[in-house]
Amino acid sequence: MTAPRVRAWHRVWGGMLALSVLLVALAQQFPQLGGFPTGLVLNLSDWLNAAVTPAFEAARPLGVLLSALAETPLAAIRSALAWAPWPAAILAVVLIALYSGGWRLALFAAAALGTVVAMGYWPKAMNTLALVLVSVPAAVGIGFALGALAYRFPRTQPALIVMLDVMQTWPAFGYLIPLLILFGFGPTAGLAASVIFSVPPMVRNTLVGLREVPPAIVESALMAGARPGQLFWQAMVPSALPQLLVGVNQTTMASLSMVIIIAIIGGFNDIGWEVLSAMRAAELGRSLGAGLVIVLIAVLLDRITRGFARRGPRVMQARWLLAGLVLALVVALVLSGQDLLPGEQGQRWLRRIDGWLLDFVAWSAPFFAVLRNAITYGVMLPMRIGFSGSASPMVWGFALTPEITAAYVLVSAAIALLLGWRSPQRGIIAGFAALLFWTGLPGFPWPGVFLVVGVATWRKGGTGLFALAMGGLALAGLSGLWVPMMQSVYLCAVAVLICFAIGGALGVIAAESDRFSAFLRPISDTLQTMPQFVFLIPALMLFKVGEFTALIAIVLYAVVPPIRYVEHGLRNARADLVEAGVQMGATTWQMLWQVKLPLARSSVLLGLNQTIMAALSMLVIAALVGTRELGQQVYVALSRADAGAGLISGAIITCVALVSDRLLRSRSSIHRKVPE
Amino acid sequence: MAQASSRIMLSCKHLWKVFGPRPAYYFDTAGYRIDPEALAARLRGEGHIPAVVDASFDVKQGEIFVIMGLSGSGKSTLVRCLSRLLDIEYGTMEFDGQDLARISGRDLIEIRRRKMGMVFQSFGLMPHLTALENVAFPLKLQGVARSEREARAREMLELVELGSRLDALPSQLSGGQQQRVGIARSLAPDPDLWFLDEPFSALDPLIHRQMQDEFLRLQNQLKKTIVFITHDIMEACRLADRIALMRGGRIIQLGTPAEILLSPVDDYVADFTAEVALSRAIRVRDLARPAQGEPPEGPPVPAAAPIEVVLPALAAGQRRFRVEGDGGLELEAGAVLEVLQRDARHGFRADGASA
Ligand SMILES: Nc1ncnc2c1ncn2[C@@H]1O[C@H](COP(=O)(O)OP(=O)(O)O)[C@@H](O)[C@H]1O
Ligand SMILES: [Mg+2]
Repeated sequence: MTAPRVRAWHRVWGGMLALSVLLVALAQQFPQLGGFPTGLVLNLSDWLNAAVTPAFEAARPLGVLLSALAETPLAAIRSALAWAPWPAAILAVVLIALYSGGWRLALFAAAALGTVVAMGYWPKAMNTLALVLVSVPAAVGIGFALGALAYRFPRTQPALIVMLDVMQTWPAFGYLIPLLILFGFGPTAGLAASVIFSVPPMVRNTLVGLREVPPAIVESALMAGARPGQLFWQAMVPSALPQLLVGVNQTTMASLSMVIIIAIIGGFNDIGWEVLSAMRAAELGRSLGAGLVIVLIAVLLDRITRGFARRGPRVMQARWLLAGLVLALVVALVLSGQDLLPGEQGQRWLRRIDGWLLDFVAWSAPFFAVLRNAITYGVMLPMRIGFSGSASPMVWGFALTPEITAAYVLVSAAIALLLGWRSPQRGIIAGFAALLFWTGLPGFPWPGVFLVVGVATWRKGGTGLFALAMGGLALAGLSGLWVPMMQSVYLCAVAVLICFAIGGALGVIAAESDRFSAFLRPISDTLQTMPQFVFLIPALMLFKVGEFTALIAIVLYAVVPPIRYVEHGLRNARADLVEAGVQMGATTWQMLWQVKLPLARSSVLLGLNQTIMAALSMLVIAALVGTRELGQQVYVALSRADAGAGLISGAIITCVALVSDRLLRSRSSIHRKVPE
Repeated sequence: MAQASSRIMLSCKHLWKVFGPRPAYYFDTAGYRIDPEALAARLRGEGHIPAVVDASFDVKQGEIFVIMGLSGSGKSTLVRCLSRLLDIEYGTMEFDGQDLARISGRDLIEIRRRKMGMVFQSFGLMPHLTALENVAFPLKLQGVARSEREARAREMLELVELGSRLDALPSQLSGGQQQRVGIARSLAPDPDLWFLDEPFSALDPLIHRQMQDEFLRLQNQLKKTIVFITHDIMEACRLADRIALMRGGRIIQLGTPAEILLSPVDDYVADFTAEVALSRAIRVRDLARPAQGEPPEGPPVPAAAPIEVVLPALAAGQRRFRVEGDGGLELEAGAVLEVLQRDARHGFRADGASA
């Protein structure tokens, strides 16, 4: 067997590896090569505050106007929902569910809302719903208008896409302080954050929907003599409606997720606040109960809005729905003024399960401790402090002697060379892996980070991406957030590794077995509709505050994309190539590794991308249960009302997200559709 | 088949349509003076697609004008220029006394609303509207009151024999039914000029003939001026009063089906038409001539019938046939035999090629 040709980029990366080795060796002598030198740190957040605070204060009159605009409908909807007796409200929702999704959904709606009432969370759930009902129409309206404008002026699209990516990846808490300065303390700042976060899916779906209107429909409307307005409203929008409704669905779910998180600023008496205070008080039953309410609302909203996006026959006609809603109003009028809510019974019951839950936690502790130790010492520590840090009597039971160092160097060099002989690419990857395993991710010399990221972004994305990446790294270094940033990258990397190990395995099984796939699908669906906040509850219950708990929450949230994309990629591997593999006598295992997985490569990469995005967006929320990375910095800034620091931490997270997104997205896959 | 009057409905001269980065550059106000072939070749060489090249033709009132050519020859582009869904680079188009190429805005919308109708290969039905609402759609855009437009739409759907599926959504209809809805919709505003861009190509070949018969029945009733696009030579010969044959954006021959079949201008056209069974495609009136001397005996043959209808009598020894109508025409056996001989030669050549 001959060695494969060494290409130019193999040389480049080989050189980079050699340089990195040199840097790691030098960093032993010169500590300023390790962490970003503190001498270079500038007081960026103060400068930013000096610029941002007056600017937003100057815009205050506009903010006051907007909050008046937002709070009037909010107050109206809140009081309407508070006034409506629950039997009437449930009747209305059940009818809407029946219209949208049929009998099963109607039954589910009745059961779910009944549970909410029984647990005594009805008023709080209604307050959350009121926030959603204000934020969703605003986001849908803005998103539709932006999408339609971008469709009309295609030149604006590249800039708009970048803006949407930023809106979706910049953690809301990072800009909450400026919003609070602008709108004053009250629900409007939270609503604004929720709108900012939930507008992008509507824009994207509007754009896709309008683009995909068949040309024959446009032409036939034109030939029927449609004026431009008629063409848009009577032909294009109705044809794009299913896609637009998909946008409404995604916007609703994003909005709900954000509304619940934003409860952290308090004052709404909503269900998000309930979870938060229950978690703070360590009341497991109450936090599980409130979490369940959130999940029920989320699933219900998701299925109802999805049902509207479906085209086809309905169980009943629109006019019956209207009649039913009138009936619900009559019921409401008849029952109004009576106190129908069950008393404290539900809450008392929830408190009672506290005890059982505590017993369960205590009983299961040994098992979870094993898991925790295995992951902490086996994965997290080596990735955080590296072999050089963890090889101590306290952690691994042996000290880092020169002999051990030498052995490590020899073994890794041998492995890298062996692999590199057959495939230079694998050899280089093995070399970097050995180096990272030695230093730990956060301990990797900072010039090396600049170098590796710089070359990767330059080659893959050109000057724009290179500038973004270098800007982000420089911002992190200069603002003194180098270590938190590297901690964020490390935590994400661990989470993504675990997600891929679990999710990839599940995806492979699901691709082979239809029954397992059918079993997994509703679980994945539910996990994906759950607001991020909810994932903290079980993690916190089982593992107490700490980085490991945050990791579990991130993994729970981000495990679905690998399952979906791996299964999708394997199932869609080209049938003729798979048959050719069978024909050549490949075993099942060979088929998987040598035929199907390589064919599924682009789908798997897309899944990796989605997993990283999910993990990064969960980072800030997971910081609530104790981490030491950028997400935590965002909270610190929030609690100190430090607008500048919040903005900077948020901006760095956005940079990390955008850079890794663009690095992993090949050109061809940018417009690929997401598997359902 | 409707007999065309001599009034010209649509007249096009030297039409050009070019796709590419900057088509306008090649057509300055002074017009082009060079040979169209040379300009088309230059355009192709410089990264443009000349989709319609120097097309000139007249469409007479009441005739079925068929544009035929292989896929990619520029038929759809040409018909979209005529309906102004695309703007031409050069040339003149006169429709009903108006300069169609320069008209725009309100006037164009007005013309499309009242005088033009178009049927699309992929139907172009609104997925959210029922058959009835789809047909009423053009009238709705015009602001016709609901009861009135629905009455008209019902009438149109009855015309295409879909009176029983008024409330069906497009997704609940078969391809043939969807295209009938498309036809009814294009006819709802009672247009003078009717464009059909390969209306039957997306349908199952088995129902082509049925749809063609129905189309001819409609045209006998309505007497529209029709521009009909097809890539199917048999369809063209069955339906056309005149055929324009396109190749690479150019109209290479224009004439009645008989002219194209019997005197192709070049080998390309001859090859194109080789598969057609002449005894079926050539009609009695194509070969008829004024009767000389005694009118022939026997029952008269219809002028629009294919010449194969006389074959039994011909075999039985009849030499002359009286043609229906009061033009005093006759059909002579020699002319028929000549056509049959060509058919036989084609058949032989085709067999020889396949052997
Ligand atoms: N919008 C367009 N942009 C660029 N080229 C086009 C466009 N529409 C058609 N063409 C080209 O013009 C030529 C004629 O196309 P068309 O009119 O659709 O052919 P036909 O209808 O005869 O199959 C083809 O080469 C096609 O690729
Ligand atoms: Mg075409």
